[in-house]
Amino acid sequence: MDLTWSADEQAFRAEARAWLETNVPPAGLASGDTREGFARHLEWERALFDARWAVVSWPQAYGGRDASLWEWLIFEEEYSRAGAPQRVTQNGIFLLAPTLFEFGTPGQRDRFLPTMASGEETWCQGWSEPDAGSDLAAISSRAVRDELAGGWRLSGQKTWTTRGAFCTHLFGLYRTDSDAERHRGLTYFLVPLDTPGVTVRGFGRLDGDEGFADVFCDDVFVPDDLVLGEVDQGWKVAMATTGSERGLTLRSPGRFLATTSRLVELARERGAADPLVRQRIAQGQIDAEAYQLQTLATVTKLSAGEHPGAESSLTKVFWSELDVQLHETALGLAGHDAELEDSPWMKGWQFALSGPIYAGTNEIQRNVIAERVLGLPRK
Amino acid sequence: MRFAFTENQLAFRDAVHDLLAKECPPSVVRDAWTNETGRSSTAWTELAKMGVLGALVPEAQGGLGLSEIDVVLLAEETGRVALPEPFVEHMLVGAPLLATEAAASGITTVTAGDPLVPYADTADTIVRLGHESFVADRDDSTLEAHRSVDHSRRLFSVETSGSPRALDAAEVSTAYWRGTLGFSAQLVGLGHHLLATTVEYVVARRQFGVPIGSFQAIKHKLADVRIALEFAAPLVYRAAYSLTVSDPAARTHVAMAKAASADAATLAARHALQCHGAMGYSFEYDLHLWIKRVWALAAAWGDATWHRELVARAILDT
Ligand SMILES: Cc1cc2nc3c(=O)[nH]c(=O)nc-3n(C[C@H](O)[C@H](O)[C@H](O)COP(=O)(O)OP(=O)(O)OC[C@H]3O[C@@H](n4cnc5c(N)ncnc54)[C@H](O)[C@@H]3O)c2cc1C
Repeated sequence: MDLTWSADEQAFRAEARAWLETNVPPAGLASGDTREGFARHLEWERALFDARWAVVSWPQAYGGRDASLWEWLIFEEEYSRAGAPQRVTQNGIFLLAPTLFEFGTPGQRDRFLPTMASGEETWCQGWSEPDAGSDLAAISSRAVRDELAGGWRLSGQKTWTTRGAFCTHLFGLYRTDSDAERHRGLTYFLVPLDTPGVTVRGFGRLDGDEGFADVFCDDVFVPDDLVLGEVDQGWKVAMATTGSERGLTLRSPGRFLATTSRLVELARERGAADPLVRQRIAQGQIDAEAYQLQTLATVTKLSAGEHPGAESSLTKVFWSELDVQLHETALGLAGHDAELEDSPWMKGWQFALSGPIYAGTNEIQRNVIAERVLGLPRK
Repeated sequence: MRFAFTENQLAFRDAVHDLLAKECPPSVVRDAWTNETGRSSTAWTELAKMGVLGALVPEAQGGLGLSEIDVVLLAEETGRVALPEPFVEHMLVGAPLLATEAAASGITTVTAGDPLVPYADTADTIVRLGHESFVADRDDSTLEAHRSVDHSRRLFSVETSGSPRALDAAEVSTAYWRGTLGFSAQLVGLGHHLLATTVEYVVARRQFGVPIGSFQAIKHKLADVRIALEFAAPLVYRAAYSLTVSDPAARTHVAMAKAASADAATLAARHALQCHGAMGYSFEYDLHLWIKRVWALAAAWGDATWHRELVARAILDT
């Protein structure tokens, strides 16, 4: 065991910290889940990209720094510590990109990765449908073969699509073989949202921001080269994306360590004498560090070539419950101010409450843990 | 950066695991509840032969000269089998404090505690840590027995009539934090055993024509236990590392480890009992031997609330 950083890693941290300290907008940006705020966030993404901080772990050819997983973790820590803006490009760079690296053709990578990194093109995730939430394999959106044109014609409704109203592209699952068993016969498509036949309708999330959208397709033509992975193998490809969403890449420990230090700061300002409050804050600190340490263990394994499996479900339940707990404690310290809608903790609290729902609800994750980690019978 | 144990550390763990599988099956734990000493007999002598009991004693004094990070997994293994011995008290606390060849080889047994000292009647040397901290010979001490809910843990209050050696603050601190680390590791091991036996039970036990492990209410309880253990263990390993490298925050790290491991093991005990139904509630069934060890160790050497307050002080008051 060696819990120290190498000289190179420390230098990397120092470089990231220095850049963030001069460049992070001190007053923050309007919510990226509004049209106006989304545009501001894209300017920020462009600044990140120009300084090659947008996608540090990617190859240099696509705008990255070939950073190791360790350096990536360091960057994430510094990013959260600096209070830098939310990543409105996250569904592309953290979820689709790993899938493109694994399943994409060279042509698809060259076509989509650079514009994704710069924020020129932005991606939303089209899994859920009105009748297919937790039961994702129940999706009914269809893709019908158009042999003559060399592609597929998509129809159906996706919903709760994060920032769908502001993004340029969607990745999603469509049923290409209606006779196959539920998990077979699905195909993973990359869909430009300006294609004729696409209609997008934004709608509000819990906090009122227009962060959700319905994405309707009505006979939308998508050429063959926008199929990711093989036809009818979409489930397998999609599972790689959801693995990233639950695990390491979407919610790295730096985020919760930063929230915890803000909570500690708040408590120091308000005077933390109440023993119950002290217990909760200490618990938050313990859990945030536990998540960080467990991540270090995971990255050690990944660096040794091991592949994490259903264990990412343990992580997802843990960080999402931790986030709720941290915000609940902070609101408890705010007294009657807790009611004020514009306080950062109220905004954060509402978002924290979505953690146990998105990326596979925590009930579904507990099923996965019980069945695939502990080996309990399905039925 | 590398958060993993070395091949050697894992091999040592495996050797102790195999030794304990042979020398400390559940029948030994059960026997310790009613035998004269509360202890295992052969497991202890075999651990001594392997050198484990003197692992932290310097080589010059006949020990293995290892450090906390090398032995934390051994403590976890002794927890897994609920070894009825003053293992942490001797190996992590007493033997390195005395650093004698007799203690290193296990010829003499050292125990430790505050205010109650487990196995003081069968130990040769007693370390009291707390209000007054000292080392005394058992023969110079007057013992009064107290009954632990875990009948294998023979507890005694200790009055000493001789002239015990007083311990200085540094000795007390080293001993206390090493001991607390050891119990944290044992709690993780206990929790894992409780989870594993409960998984086995709910797969085998059928009601309504299906294994009870197929019911979601059961699944989600056991998933929560698995999560709690998953995130308690790294805190325990980090605490061992921090003690080894004398990290300035080492004590806070041990406090975090004890709080998290006590909570995780307590949750494991609670859900294990619930998932076993009345079978688990039966005195003749082994489950309660592990559950009661969890209760004992969760309370000993500072409970979760006490350790969390130490963490609160470190982050809020300094
Ligand atoms: C903030 C946010 C962002 C999102 N972004 C996207 C996005 O970008 N793209 C996208 O495709 N989707 C997105 N979603 C949708 C998300 O994927 C779904 O909400 C999620 O899969 C759950 O589906 P559902 O909402 O239909 O709930 P349901 O599946 O109807 O579940 C409702 C409740 O029933 C429980 N339940 C359901 N099945 C079981 C079961 N088998 N066992 C036990 N309990 C069960 C659930 O745990 C939950 O508590 C987002 C959701 C949120 C909240």
